[in-house]
Amino acid sequence: MPDHDTGIAASRETLVDASRRGFLKSTASVSGGLFIAMYLPGCGKPDNARQGPASVVEANAWLRIGTDSSITVLCDRSEMGQGVYTALPTLIAEELGVDPDTVKIEFAPSSAAYVNSLLGAQVTGGSTSVRDAWDKLRMAGAEARQRLALAAADRWSVPASRCTVADGYVQFTTRRAAIGELVEAAAALPVPQNIQPVDPDNFRFIGKPHKRLDTAAKVDGSARFGIDVRLPDMLYAALAQSPQLGGSVASVDDAKARGMPGVRQVVQTSSGVAVIADSWWQVRQARDALAIKWHGGSAAKLSNASIYAGLRSAASGKGRSVRSDGDADAGLRSAARRVEAVYELPMLAHATLEPQNCTVEFRDGECHVHAPTQAQQLAQTAAAQASGLPLEKVFVHTTFLGGGFGRRLDVDFIPAAVECAKAAGKPVKLLWTREDDTTHDKYRPPARNTCTAGIDAKGNLTTFKLQLVAPSITSRWAPAVVKDIVDPFAIEAAQNFPYAAANVAVDYVRHEIGIDVGYWRSVSHALNCFTVESFMDEVAYVVGMDPYQFRRGLLNSQPRWQAVLDAAAGKAQWGRAAEGHHQGIALMSGYDTYLAQVIEVSMSGNKLVVHRVVTVIDCGRMVNPDIVRAQAEGSVIFGLTAALYDDVTIADGKVREQNFDSYRLMRINEVPQIEVYMLDSQEKPGGMGEPVVALVAPALCNAIYAASRKRLRSLPVVKQGIVV
Amino acid sequence: MINLTINGKSESVEVADDTPLLWVLRDTLGLTGTKYGCGMALCGACTVHLDGAPTRSCVLPVSAAVGKSITTIEGLSADRSHPVQRAWIELDVPQCGYCQSGQIMSAAALLKKTPAPTDQDIDTAMAGNLCRCGTYVRIRKAIHRAAELAGKEG
Repeated sequence: MPDHDTGIAASRETLVDASRRGFLKSTASVSGGLFIAMYLPGCGKPDNARQGPASVVEANAWLRIGTDSSITVLCDRSEMGQGVYTALPTLIAEELGVDPDTVKIEFAPSSAAYVNSLLGAQVTGGSTSVRDAWDKLRMAGAEARQRLALAAADRWSVPASRCTVADGYVQFTTRRAAIGELVEAAAALPVPQNIQPVDPDNFRFIGKPHKRLDTAAKVDGSARFGIDVRLPDMLYAALAQSPQLGGSVASVDDAKARGMPGVRQVVQTSSGVAVIADSWWQVRQARDALAIKWHGGSAAKLSNASIYAGLRSAASGKGRSVRSDGDADAGLRSAARRVEAVYELPMLAHATLEPQNCTVEFRDGECHVHAPTQAQQLAQTAAAQASGLPLEKVFVHTTFLGGGFGRRLDVDFIPAAVECAKAAGKPVKLLWTREDDTTHDKYRPPARNTCTAGIDAKGNLTTFKLQLVAPSITSRWAPAVVKDIVDPFAIEAAQNFPYAAANVAVDYVRHEIGIDVGYWRSVSHALNCFTVESFMDEVAYVVGMDPYQFRRGLLNSQPRWQAVLDAAAGKAQWGRAAEGHHQGIALMSGYDTYLAQVIEVSMSGNKLVVHRVVTVIDCGRMVNPDIVRAQAEGSVIFGLTAALYDDVTIADGKVREQNFDSYRLMRINEVPQIEVYMLDSQEKPGGMGEPVVALVAPALCNAIYAASRKRLRSLPVVKQGIVV
Repeated sequence: MINLTINGKSESVEVADDTPLLWVLRDTLGLTGTKYGCGMALCGACTVHLDGAPTRSCVLPVSAAVGKSITTIEGLSADRSHPVQRAWIELDVPQCGYCQSGQIMSAAALLKKTPAPTDQDIDTAMAGNLCRCGTYVRIRKAIHRAAELAGKEG
C-alpha cells in the first residue's frame, strides 16, 4: 500500500514540527495534495499527556484536504468492530459539511499526537474513543472550516461569517469555490480565533443513523486484517511457546523440523522457538515437529484450585478503602439483620476470531510493523526493543482488527515477529494457531468478592460493605499509572454503588495470581456488576420485596440510573412474563453510560432456556445510533457466551482449553430474542463498546433464581449443575 | 503441479497434496478474503463453495478440490451485487468483519438450496459459523432480506 506509507511518512513530517503550537504547516504531499496539520491552541504537551488519565492532546493531525478537494481523515483509533472507522470521520465530516461517505480514511501512525486524553497513550480501549474525540475532532474540523471560510472571504472581500462551507465548496451568495482551490490560502492564514463547532441542533450527520464506512470492504473479502498482510518475498513463521505459562526453553532438537519442506530457519526468540518457512502450512507442521524441553516457570504448579485458594486466603487480609460513607462496621453491628454472600468469577479468554499475528519488514534501516493492535505506541516500543532500533526508526501500520476486546492492548505477539524478520533478513508474518491463542492469552482476572448488607428492623438497607479480591491488570500493563493509587480498572461498578444506604464501604485487596491477567471487554465491570447486582437481588428477596421495586426505591437521588431501570422494566413488561417464564433485572453505570437489562428465562428441572434479553441504554449523545445498537446486540451475545459457557482452567501451569470445542462461543441457533432501546439524551457521549457485556451475567443469574430459587454465585452457568 | 478452478479461473499451484485448501487460497494465490479461525472446521471462517456446497477449506486437502469448481468470497460477485452482499450492506451486518466472508458464503449456499429459508433453516445452515462480535441478530435478518432481494430478481 504505497499511498498508506507515503501518508504516514508525510504526516510524521508535520508532527515533528508540532512543538510550535498555534502554528499551521502545510506540506506538499507526493500525490500533489496538501496537508493541513492543525494544532489546537491552549492544550497541554504530549509529555504531560503520557503521565496519566488527566492529560490532553497537543497536536491534531487527523485531516488532510487535497487541492483536488479530497478529504482524508486519519483514524487514530483501531477499528475492531466497534465502529470508530465510521464514528470518528463523522465528527470531522460534520464540521466540514460533507457526507461521511465522501471522506477517505487511513489508519493513523503511532504518534504522541494521537494520545487518548482519557488513557494517557495512543490506545483504543476503555470505551473511550468517542468520548475522547467528541470535542477534539469536532474542533479539528471546525478549525479547518473556519480557515476555508476566511480564505474565501479574503479572496472575495466579503465577510467570513457569511461564507458557508458544505459539500466540498465554500459559498457566499451566488459565488462558490471548491475547497481544494482555497486550501493553500487557508493553510497560510493565522490561527482563527473563537472556533465554534456546529451547534448540535444543526447536526446533519451526528446522531443520525448512517451506514458504516467499512461494511463494503467487509462483505467482499477486501478488508485487510493483520493476518492478510502480504509483502514481497515474505516468509511465514509459527512459534512454539512454553505450554506452562511463564516457562522457558531448556533444549531444542530441531533436526526433523529443519529437514521438512520449505523450512528456512529455526530461531530462538524471546518468547519461544520459531520456525520460518515459505508457507504457513509448512511452518505449522514443522513447528509441531520440534522436540523442545521446557523449564517450568514460576507458574509451573499453578492450578485453578491454587488460584482460588490464594484469593480466599487474601480475603482475610486488609484491603485499601476505595469508598467509605458513614461507618459500615458500626452499621453492621447495629443491624437487625445481616446478609452476606461471596461471589467467585472465572478467568476468561478473549478468543478474537483472528488469532494474534504480526508482520515485520526491515528496510532502509527502518522496522515496519504491520499489526492488528489496540496500542500503537506500545507496539512501537516493543518492536524498538526487539529490533535494537530507536523509536523513530520503527513504524507501526495498523490494520483492521479481527476482534480486539482488550486482547490487543497487549503486544506480546510482536517481539518474536520482529526477531524472526531480523534473523531471516526478509519480511516475516508470524501467526499464532487458535490453540496458541487460547492457551497464551492474558486472561480476564479471577475474583472473589464478598458483600455484606445491614438491614434495620423495618427492612431498610442501612449498610453495604463490599470487599473485592482480584489481581490488578494495570499494575503490569502501566505500572506508573497505579504507583500511588488503587488500580482504577479493578474497582469499576463497585466504587460507584448507586443505592441509598447510610453506610457504604468498598475495599479492594490486590492479590496477584502468578500469571498475567489482561483487560477483557468491560474489564472489572463484569466482575463487580455481577457481584453487586446479584447481591442486591439476594437482599431484595431477604426483605421480601420485588427486585425491581427494591432497587427503584433506593435510587430516588439517582435520576439517570432510575430512568434506565424504569425503562427496562417497562419495555420488558416486568412482572408480566408469559406463563412459566421468569425475569431477572440488573443495572449498571460505566464508561459514562447508564444501562439496565431484563432477561427472561424458563427452566424445566435443570434445563435452562433463555428467551428474551431487553436492554435499555442512556449513553448521552450518540454519533451513530445504529452502531450503538449493534454494539448492544453484540455485547448481549458476548455476555451470554461468558455467563453460560466459559471459563479458563489451569492445571500444572497449563491452560486446558484449546480450540472452540473446549472454549465455546455462542452460535446463531442459541441466540434469544434481543431488544435494545436507547433513551434520548443531550448528555455528553458515553462509551458503548463494552458496558452491556457486564449486565448480562447478573440479569441472567437473577432470572435463574426467580425461576428455580437456585442462586448462582459462581460462573459459568453450565458448571453450576444447569444444562443449556 | 495441482490444477484448480477458482472463481471460474484455472490456477496451477505447486504445493503438497495434503495442504489444506485454505492455505493455498490465502498464501499461494493471495485470496485472503477467506479466513483462518480454528483449523478444525469449528468456526466456519474459512467457508468456500465447492461445486456450490459450503465447505470448510481449513480441513480440506487441496487434492480433494481438484476437478471441482471452487468459489471464494472474491468470486461471489464482481461488484458486491450478490443478494446476500446487498442485504449485508443494507443491514450493516459486520462489526469486526473477520467471520463475515464465511458467514456470507454459508448464507449464499443456503439461499441457493432454500430460496425462502425459515428461521429453523437458518439455524441449521448457519450454526457452523461463529461470530465473536455477536452479529447473529443481523445475520438472521439479512438472510431473510437477501431472500426477498433474490426473489425480486426472479
